[in-house]
Amino acid sequence: MLITCPYCGARDAHEFTYLGDAELIDRPDPAGPEAEAAFHAHVYLRDNPAGPHRELWYHGSGCRQWLTVTRDTRTHAIASVVAAARPEVAR
Amino acid sequence: MRYSLLNVVVNGLTGNRFAKPAWRDPAPKPAYDVIIVGGGGHGLATAYYLAKVHGIRNVAVLEKGYIGSGNAGRNTTIIRSNYLLPGNEPFYEWSMKLWEGLEQDLNYNVMVSQRGIVNLYHSDAQRDAYARRGNAMRLAGVDAELLDRATLKAMIPFLDYDNARFPIHGGLMQRRAGTARHDAVVWGYARAADALGVDIIQNCEVTGFSRAADGRVTGVETTRGAIAGGKIGLAVAGSTSRLGKMLGLRLPIESVPLQAFVSEGLKPLIPGVITFGMGHFYISQSDKGGLVFGGDIDAYNSYAQRGNLPVVEDVCEGGMALMPMIGRLRMLRQWAGLCDMTMDGSPIIDTGPYPGLYLNTGWNYGGFKATPASGWCFAHTIATDAPHAFNAEMRLDRFRTGRLIDEKGAGATPVLH
Repeated sequence: MLITCPYCGARDAHEFTYLGDAELIDRPDPAGPEAEAAFHAHVYLRDNPAGPHRELWYHGSGCRQWLTVTRDTRTHAIASVVAAARPEVAR
Repeated sequence: MRYSLLNVVVNGLTGNRFAKPAWRDPAPKPAYDVIIVGGGGHGLATAYYLAKVHGIRNVAVLEKGYIGSGNAGRNTTIIRSNYLLPGNEPFYEWSMKLWEGLEQDLNYNVMVSQRGIVNLYHSDAQRDAYARRGNAMRLAGVDAELLDRATLKAMIPFLDYDNARFPIHGGLMQRRAGTARHDAVVWGYARAADALGVDIIQNCEVTGFSRAADGRVTGVETTRGAIAGGKIGLAVAGSTSRLGKMLGLRLPIESVPLQAFVSEGLKPLIPGVITFGMGHFYISQSDKGGLVFGGDIDAYNSYAQRGNLPVVEDVCEGGMALMPMIGRLRMLRQWAGLCDMTMDGSPIIDTGPYPGLYLNTGWNYGGFKATPASGWCFAHTIATDAPHAFNAEMRLDRFRTGRLIDEKGAGATPVLH
């Protein structure tokens, strides 16, 4: 599997570390309403789709940037790779 | 027809001309008391124990492909009950006990071979952790022995004991552990369930569910028509989220590929199952002679049933660090299964969040050994609408309540388990 990093070009998946669904960037507000249910969903529940999946990868052996990759989980075909929207929380 | 030595001799001498199929190939009926979705080991075992233990025989097992074509045909066939936590260990030991009597129970040779498992330790801290695990096992009535280096060296001389980075100091052994023949387990349960009246319906993919106004799940829509069911159990491993989506369920599961490998055939070499304590690598030898081994999961979501090369490299590096003698061996085949990884690394056998629905999922990369107890406990849960003591902690709501069964202490990150 090759991931085309927007900074480094096409690189082997070996250079990257996977985190999970890109929704993980959106941490719930601990002071918000229904915070307990929101954190349960954030920490434990996943859509886990069979098909296109937006997910976070870290290019640890390259530019050390967080990337949002859209990849089809049925074929591993990658449709897009962009810099993560909020890299400071994507860890 | 009951299998026996006479049966083998007669069928052998007559070229199997009078042999019958081991199970029927029925068309689906319009309605069943219980529908099990998923014709793998767990689903077929569930149907068998529903019929045998609970007398519920109007049961269908629906399989989208052929039975045993998913993870039941893609594992490394290891059976063991060397778990630590009270929520897990009695369950896996019950599975081990069922394995020990399975061939007599099913009248089918599932080739259970109690050749033992050794988990190697490479440091003082790891020895202490294994001593703790072994003591926990013995408190639960399970056999466990902490072996020192000399004993281990006499038993398994070919390991790299003096590896500069990961010297081997000893191992935790469970002698009753071993391997079983994965296909035979599927076929044995299928044949025994069929004989009790269970309909095994292959090439029948579930495409949707029918629901009553109160939310009760009342049936399934399939590629072979709609089928009504009094109770519907899901035993579909890595595809649980796909079916859950049809029901509006989000589950604490990610589907991830796990690769396994087999080498060319060799004369008897490895006495049991050996696991490397530093890299993630485990190996045994099949009865055909091939070395069967595996390691880490490919750490990303996938439904592709195949993995990538970095993990192949990683697993082979683990093997070389542990037993350099396999360096000249050729790898024959490699494949991947679709693991339903939960957020604490432990399974879920529970009544579903909707009436009429039952869940059996979250087997991570360890579902094969659990097959008998999983079926036994799931059948109990479906028949009585309550979990058995063995699966009392394997609840879906444990992620909400905080009662996790976290063998590794690795937290809410499925790829760490």
